[in-house]
Amino acid sequence: MILRFLMTALLLAVSPALLADAITGEVEKQATNYTAIIMFVVFIVFTMGITKWAAKRNTSTADYYTAGGSITGFQNGLAIAGDFMSAASFLGISALVYTSGYDGLIYSIGFLVGWPIILFLMAERLRNLGKFTFSDVASYRLGQTQIRLLSAFGSLIVVAFYLIAQMVGAGKLIQLLFGLDYYVAVVLVGVLMVMYVLFGGMLATTWVQIIKAVLLLSGASFMAIMVMKSVGFDFGSLFAEAVKIHEKGAQIMSPGGLVSDPISAISLGLALMFGTAGLPHILMRFFTVSDAKEARKSVFYATGFIGYFYILTFIIGFGAILLVSTNPDFKDVTGAIVGGTNMVAIHLASAVGGNLFLGFISAVAFATILAVVAGLTLAGASAVSHDLYACVIKQGKAREEDEMRVTKLTTLTLGVVAILLGIIFEKQNIAFMVGLAFSIAASCNFPVLFLSMYWKGLSTRGALFGGSLGLFTALLLTIISPTVWVDVFGFAEAIFPYKYPALFSMAAAFAGIWFFSVTDKSKRAGEERERFFAQFVRSQTGLGATGAVAH
Amino acid sequence: MNNENVYRQIYANPRFQELVAKRGRFAWLLSAVMLGAYLAFILLIAFEPQILGVPLSADTVTTWGIPVGVGVIFMAFILTGVYVQRANGEFDRINQEILNEAQK
Repeated sequence: MILRFLMTALLLAVSPALLADAITGEVEKQATNYTAIIMFVVFIVFTMGITKWAAKRNTSTADYYTAGGSITGFQNGLAIAGDFMSAASFLGISALVYTSGYDGLIYSIGFLVGWPIILFLMAERLRNLGKFTFSDVASYRLGQTQIRLLSAFGSLIVVAFYLIAQMVGAGKLIQLLFGLDYYVAVVLVGVLMVMYVLFGGMLATTWVQIIKAVLLLSGASFMAIMVMKSVGFDFGSLFAEAVKIHEKGAQIMSPGGLVSDPISAISLGLALMFGTAGLPHILMRFFTVSDAKEARKSVFYATGFIGYFYILTFIIGFGAILLVSTNPDFKDVTGAIVGGTNMVAIHLASAVGGNLFLGFISAVAFATILAVVAGLTLAGASAVSHDLYACVIKQGKAREEDEMRVTKLTTLTLGVVAILLGIIFEKQNIAFMVGLAFSIAASCNFPVLFLSMYWKGLSTRGALFGGSLGLFTALLLTIISPTVWVDVFGFAEAIFPYKYPALFSMAAAFAGIWFFSVTDKSKRAGEERERFFAQFVRSQTGLGATGAVAH
Repeated sequence: MNNENVYRQIYANPRFQELVAKRGRFAWLLSAVMLGAYLAFILLIAFEPQILGVPLSADTVTTWGIPVGVGVIFMAFILTGVYVQRANGEFDRINQEILNEAQK
């Protein structure tokens, strides 16, 4: 019984390419698409204008890191949704619906259910306690140096893996969509993201994300409407037609076999749900709004937009069965989809809107990647300048100009590093990287952050040891798991049999934090527990929370 | 800034304790509803996948899985809406009163 449940539980162990949130495998360079390039240039010119406007308003670190708390709940909701609607999830989920039908819906639901939980248990406390980064919250009553080192380290590792996956994915996708060279694409993405972050800070990064979210949602809505128009706006006939055409027939209308092994499936489910609550670039967004009220609203809007987006991808996937799989133009000589099944949404764009709309959707896909990497870069830069430089090295006494200088220097460095890593990893198997980023976020950042807000007994020693334990367990288990040990290193058999470590590494982190906290009888731990009540009152009432900066 | 004393004063306020208990209960309740619904959905897929594959009626291929799946998505959205409605209204009002009282 249990096993049977485990076998199908969470249903998230689908194809690695999809989970990797990146385009993997070999791609073929396509003919240069000038419509797409022109539309993309328009996007760049427009967003650079916004960056210039934002740069004028960025006068302090608060402006730079959190847009001065001036973003509204609605705008922030769009930006959060934008962070979640990556190019790979748009292409990947519609491709999954195209190949397996209903399973695609089950998969996207797994991504969505974490958001209500983040709202109910974390959003307002985060906003009330934090200033610039989630480390502010985690280290609120604990040892600044240790906890900030730990969480900055956790943030940087997460950002690094996520960034590599996005850079490589970007290079390949752009090769495919625009017919640009891989190196040109990677350098272009690196340079543009540095420009946004360096000059525009959080304000520009947020607006780029909002614009892209609106473009993506409009484009996907148009596609879904055109699909529905082709079947007379009747879902019944959409499904009936698809069942007639699809090789799996009526099976696409019910749950299929999406699972590889049960433990991996559960592990991945945990990583997705709690990793989201530990991703530094997502957590940072909670500090861009003025207060807890707006923070709550932003999750409400984000959940709505993300849910709407998943419903659209479901319709788009079915539309592709009707309009792409039946059209020989989109198939090569062997009958396979040109560019792989990940391209069905792109082909559908061409089928329903012609070359102009194809260019639009390609440009939006590129913009999507840019917006996501810009957010990541900003999160990485603030971990270095705010947590490591200002709070650890300068013990909170850094001059604002110096802190800004460090931020800009870090942003530049991150840009160069990202480009180099993108080039180094071009031919590498990077399928494990986003999974690893989520696992580390769920096993190091999340447990420390969550317990610092909820558990009075937490001490610096417990957080430091337990958090590090979670981080290294996640890292080690990933290395000796099939995704790296076999797929990357080429050994015949993996030492650790499961694909995703989160189930074990989260357990290790929570157990470690608990054990090293309850056995911590030091005077300092006692003082830290004493300080909990003040933190508790502030987290509940918002009294003393950093407010919006007046402009 | 003498926040420490204000914090102590608020902490001792029975209305604060009541607010925290009420909001906490509500948040955990909604979390349980959301996770429960998701778990039920997954359990259904695990044990009785054919139920979700049953057509809505004899003359359609649309299965029960479609309204159930889309229902979970809507539920996530509605539950966040319900929480925000009450937290930004009732709870924040009480919160403001507690703060006003403390800072007099």
